[in-house]
Amino acid sequence: MKLRYAIYLASAALAFGMLTLASTLPSGAADKVDPVADAKAFKKFFTDKFPKVKLEDFVNGPYSMNEDLHRQWQEKEQFPPYEFSLEMGKEMFSKPFKNGKTYADCFPNGGIGVRQNYPYFDEKEGKVITLELALNRCREANGEAPYSYVKDEMAALTAYMAFTSRGKPMDIKIPDDPRALAAYENGKEYFYTRRGQLNFSCAACHVQSPGERIRAEILAPALGIVNAMPIYRSEWSGMGTTSRRFTTCNSQIRGVPLNPQDDEYRNVEYYLSYVSNGLPISGPGARP
Amino acid sequence: MLPAFTLALVIGAFASTAPAQAQSAVDEGRNLAFDRGKGNCLTCHVIKGGTLPGSIGPELRDIKSKYPKREDLVAILNDETQRNPLTVMPPFGRNRILTEKEINAVVDFLQTL
Ligand code: HEC
Ligand code: HEC
Repeated sequence: MKLRYAIYLASAALAFGMLTLASTLPSGAADKVDPVADAKAFKKFFTDKFPKVKLEDFVNGPYSMNEDLHRQWQEKEQFPPYEFSLEMGKEMFSKPFKNGKTYADCFPNGGIGVRQNYPYFDEKEGKVITLELALNRCREANGEAPYSYVKDEMAALTAYMAFTSRGKPMDIKIPDDPRALAAYENGKEYFYTRRGQLNFSCAACHVQSPGERIRAEILAPALGIVNAMPIYRSEWSGMGTTSRRFTTCNSQIRGVPLNPQDDEYRNVEYYLSYVSNGLPISGPGARP
Repeated sequence: MLPAFTLALVIGAFASTAPAQAQSAVDEGRNLAFDRGKGNCLTCHVIKGGTLPGSIGPELRDIKSKYPKREDLVAILNDETQRNPLTVMPPFGRNRILTEKEINAVVDFLQTL
């Protein structure tokens, strides 16, 4: 019974995969790539699968998947465990570099309320620029050493920037540039490709199995999965950035994680953020 | 007298080691199935005697009545994508997560469920 159900779910995922695959066929026909249709199908897949979850609630990851957890989350938000990081980020953000400039000088609108526009495609460079990357580039341009991508300072800065953008709908653009479309496509392909000794794709966990338990952890749905980053996790006893989460997910499948901010990760973040357009920024988040 | 005695001893020894050997394969299979670094089947399946099971796959019970043929279980463990290309269950044999011998031990264990 349960097996048939599992296979049924899997075929639902297949249908979904085919739908998206149809637009990724490497026929060289770039005009076949249709991110708008992708994003629509992506949302529909999740809202059909979880008809009781409100669209804007998907950004709460595992907490959106069941009511008990949702209650736990509300309790947690009373005394948010990411508070220390947020404070630190706020302070860091306003403190001038040795040259007198600040982070605000590197970002549109002084860096306030702009999280929803990251990552963006930089047409000069021909590449995807994530918020984490932009922050380190800002430091380097101002003669400061870059931070580690995975935690502490980087988590604090992105926590603060997310916090000032809470509630704003994710708003990722794909400029009319074949390289931007290619970055999106590559990110999508990375997301659906199986890898590692355990043969998982990102989608195996976050599209085929959201809401299911993997040991004690409840898998987050891929829709809105980056909106809450960075997150505090009890299991890490600390904060982690998007880079940390991606590399950890890759290690869990006994694959070799890439380096934070490698092109593939930037592209996958671009893809995931684009298909989550319209869902609110909710970071920093707290997780069990 | 002596040969008969030896024979009895041999039979006796046999009678008691055969099940013991089977039992140890079952134990080994259980350990492999529960071990996080090995089968880690509990990540996805509820299995009697295991703690903190996941819910991605079906509960593993009445396996012997569902899969009376040993080869079928070996095949599922070797590479479930053969049966269901979309499965999330790892191909334990194909990707050498478990050796043939280990897979056999896990199958022995599964048949007791
Ligand atoms: C073997 C299962 C598995 C695979 C494969 C996997 N993840 Fe995860 N992922 C998890 C678990 C477990 C968590 C923690 C619980 C949760 O939040 O989903 C998680 C969390 C996340 C989160 C944070 C979500 C949140 O709200 O807490 C992101 C983002 C993420 N994964 C992205 C990815 C990407 C990108 C890939 C592929 C490169 C990937 N995952 C592959 C298991 C997996
Ligand atoms: C990451 C998840 C995952 C892991 C780990 C996993 N399985 Fe599975 N397993 C599944 C899923 C999902 C199914 C349902 C059938 C399918 O997807 O083809 C399944 C089906 C089965 C079946 C058929 C059950 C039935 O009732 O028909 C058996 C037997 C089985 N698994 C044994 C194991 C054993 C033994 C291990 C560990 C060595 C293991 N599985 C590890 C996900 C997993």
